[in-house]
Amino acid sequence: MSDKGKPKLAMYWASGCGGCEIAVLNIQENILVVDEVFDIAFFPCIADFKVKDVKGYPDGYIDLCLFNGAIRNSENEEMAQLLRQKSKVMVAFGSCAYEGCIPGLSNLTSKEATLHTVYLDNPTIDNPEGILPQPFYDAPEGTLEIPVFYHTIKSLDQVVDVDYTIPGCPPEPHQIWTVLQAVVAALLEGADLPPAGSIIGAGNVAVCQECTLKKDVKKIERFYRPYEVIPDREVCLLEQGLMCMGPATLSGCGALCPIVGMGCRGCYGPLDGVEDQGAKMLTAIASILGVGKPGEDEAEIERQLDAVMDTIVDPAGTFYRFSMAHSLLRRAKVNGR
Amino acid sequence: MSKERIGVYICHCGTNIASMVDVENVAVWAKENLADDGVVVARDYKFMCSSLGQELIQDDIKEKGLTRVVVAACSPHLHEQTFRAACAKAGLNPFLCEMVSVREQVSWVHTDKAMATQKAKAMITGGVERVALHEPLEPLHVPINEATLVVGAGIAGIQAAIEIADSGFPVYLVEREPSIGGHMAQFDKTFPTLDCSACILTPKMVTAGSHPNIHLLSYSEVERVDGYVGNFTVTIRKKARYVNEDVCTGCGICIEKCPMKVIDDVFEAGLGYRKAVYRPFPQAVPKYPVIDTENCIYFQRGKCQACQIFCPTQPNSIDFEQEDELLQVDVGNIILATGYDLFDARRIPQYGYGRLANVFTSLEFERMCNASGPTNGAVRLRDGVTEPEAVAVIHCVGSRDKNYNNYCSVICCMQSLKFAHLVKERAGPNTEVYNFYIDMRTAFKDYDEFYQKVLAEGVHFVRGRVAEVTDAARLPGEEGKLIIQAEDTLIGKQRRVPVDMVILSAGLEPRHDSVEVGHQFGISCSVNGFFTEKHPKLDPVATMTEGIFIAGCAQGPKDIPASVVQGAAASARVLGRIQQKELALEPVRASVIEEKCSGCRICNTMCPFNAILFHEDQMVTEINPALCQGCGSCVAACPSGAITGTQFSDQQVLAQLEGLLMLSVNGGRVLEPEMA
Repeated sequence: MSDKGKPKLAMYWASGCGGCEIAVLNIQENILVVDEVFDIAFFPCIADFKVKDVKGYPDGYIDLCLFNGAIRNSENEEMAQLLRQKSKVMVAFGSCAYEGCIPGLSNLTSKEATLHTVYLDNPTIDNPEGILPQPFYDAPEGTLEIPVFYHTIKSLDQVVDVDYTIPGCPPEPHQIWTVLQAVVAALLEGADLPPAGSIIGAGNVAVCQECTLKKDVKKIERFYRPYEVIPDREVCLLEQGLMCMGPATLSGCGALCPIVGMGCRGCYGPLDGVEDQGAKMLTAIASILGVGKPGEDEAEIERQLDAVMDTIVDPAGTFYRFSMAHSLLRRAKVNGR
Repeated sequence: MSKERIGVYICHCGTNIASMVDVENVAVWAKENLADDGVVVARDYKFMCSSLGQELIQDDIKEKGLTRVVVAACSPHLHEQTFRAACAKAGLNPFLCEMVSVREQVSWVHTDKAMATQKAKAMITGGVERVALHEPLEPLHVPINEATLVVGAGIAGIQAAIEIADSGFPVYLVEREPSIGGHMAQFDKTFPTLDCSACILTPKMVTAGSHPNIHLLSYSEVERVDGYVGNFTVTIRKKARYVNEDVCTGCGICIEKCPMKVIDDVFEAGLGYRKAVYRPFPQAVPKYPVIDTENCIYFQRGKCQACQIFCPTQPNSIDFEQEDELLQVDVGNIILATGYDLFDARRIPQYGYGRLANVFTSLEFERMCNASGPTNGAVRLRDGVTEPEAVAVIHCVGSRDKNYNNYCSVICCMQSLKFAHLVKERAGPNTEVYNFYIDMRTAFKDYDEFYQKVLAEGVHFVRGRVAEVTDAARLPGEEGKLIIQAEDTLIGKQRRVPVDMVILSAGLEPRHDSVEVGHQFGISCSVNGFFTEKHPKLDPVATMTEGIFIAGCAQGPKDIPASVVQGAAASARVLGRIQQKELALEPVRASVIEEKCSGCRICNTMCPFNAILFHEDQMVTEINPALCQGCGSCVAACPSGAITGTQFSDQQVLAQLEGLLMLSVNGGRVLEPEMA
């Protein structure tokens, strides 16, 4: 515990959307309890601290660091290393820090292509000279420097040691509050923390267990996009041909999406012991495609398989929407690289 | 640094492996480079599977305290059991041994020795990484019920049932039709000996019907199969005969008095008639008749009852109130001998069957030649009186034809030769017989001699597939005839051969319901639809499902001797099991981690062996370990990682992959995958 007696809390925002900060604030009046229990040591979204302040802290000064966002550029990585050094407990907070999330999908293409889309080929861009971000710029006042944009997005645990992971895009407020309560109990009352390396703020089965829709055996003959059908509100969405990542996704969210008729997108990541959420779901889907009969010509079965799989729009973005950067593949080869 | 002590053994397999893989180099390399992964000894040897090779492993286990063994040799299909047994003999749990296939997957498929050697090293590294994660496993022991179910009472099923019953064990013999005997009972003569089919079959039928150890369930069908090897519970529907078997004497008066005559599509192949209460043929076993309710006047119109009125037994044997009965029997093993369906010649319209009166199928001709058949054995045209002057026999109807069945039906050449002989015998030696064939396949004992004999009888052989059978005469002499249009490939010319009668030697097909039956018993069918055997050469009557055996044409087209052999072989396999009293099942099984199962039910339809059970009340899935064959379908399907396969856990497979990929093609070890 620090000199002033109150534990120190930090929250940092790397390559992410800011939803994680909002989710923390979404614990509502409990945020007052957080303020009462913790001293905020660094929280750029809500408090005015500078990096030099953090650099000035002794190592391990911060008791709890919630790090959200993926590692997209050199600044993200430097901040991750700095905060790791200054924090006792480092938490990968939310899907970006945990597994790359939506930014991680850029691992399916190249850095050049990403910059091209963002700075050159976009209806809202006005960049007639085609200027792209330069890491260094010699201005009259001296050399200016901006962070280096990486070729590959990394998750937090691919650059520093991570003590705990809170999954979700964003994590559900009631789960955040449960975790904070546990941390407070540990800091103030000496209660035990969960074993290092564990996923906290989540369940330990698949989303299906929390989902109230009726589940039967499955045989899918084609997939539908959400706008194409009005789902039966009683029946498992997968059985209706609506893509739902629920079976391959860790519970904890309360199955919010499937219960209201929108297939689970998979934001809580894979279950414990599963190395690759996308591959798991892909093999599961492949297992329940209702095509081919014994004795049927193999080429014909293959054609039918292709036809069903073609009804899945953007399979990489469907199966690896959140987990690309943390998957077995991590990234796609682009131009032989 | 691995905590395991691993021994690596590389087999030369004579020159099979050594000629393409530098085995000595691999052994030296493994000892040096895989030491950090736990390898303490690496050896190469001429034949690892020899007693001396196995002793090498055993000595190292004892002297060097090995805790894991990797054998780089042939496919595990061949010698996994050998090396597991060798480990067990030296006191090491047999499942701590891993085989790496450097013969089938390396030396036999590559031509560059340096690269092949590199690949062998990579694969061995994978094996070493994997074996470290192996767990000691104990085989599952299950007791074996000594009763056996035989499904299908054709010649294969009858043979199997008698063999088992003669050995003193109970058999339930289930037959769908009212009588046992199968297709063989319909034939007149059997090739090549030309002995009377009924004369050699009926004694076996009588034995099967009266054997104290055989419980015959004719006119019955299997409804459901539960349980697993050693402990199957089978539900059988005994269809109502409307004849009380306890009192019926089989006198046949009911049949005689029945006023309703119907065409017999099944036994007489549509050529003859039977009554509405009938026995398929005079020597039927059991002897009890059966009422065909669709044609029975009483069942259709509520009147008649002639059979009941004339039945002489006390009490009366005719029981119109009889209902289907469901029986449950417990058996340890099951033999499926469900036979074949005849190819439906109507599917080849250009051959005219069903349109041209004097085109007959092989089965119709069999019935025609039979002494108790519709023409009392005389060869006659469809009018029943005219004797043909010229007859054509067309081989390979529906067989060896990519439009229908690609495979050879095996029996048709010999059957067609038999037909040619029978025509000469019954219609006189001056009757012209033309056999149209693609290739003549007379490959077994005394078969080719029979071909020579038929050749000597003056039968004409035309080599070429028949294009068409037509009654449209074009040339003089063709009027009123059936004309066979075919290419004679030996003279390279088209021929038109006018005949009076055409016999289509239809091929054999899987039973129309073989896929459903296979599913019911948890076995699969090949692309052609016949049941798939465990190994086409070395285990032709077993299946991938423990306790389920196959025999006869259900496994593939074959003739009578081969069916008898398979029936006997299947019974020998079953008897071996029964004598063991207990069966040790390989413990490579899938299991559900209940706490991780969310009840999504994706795996529920995956199991080809019906081992998956869903508990609706708890919303969790369970796998029956004795039914599970360790195929891994459900393990792959489970998106939650809640199903694990022993010996094939994700961790084991990933460790193997990592091992494989650690070695770059250039030979250096890559420790971290390169990140761009």
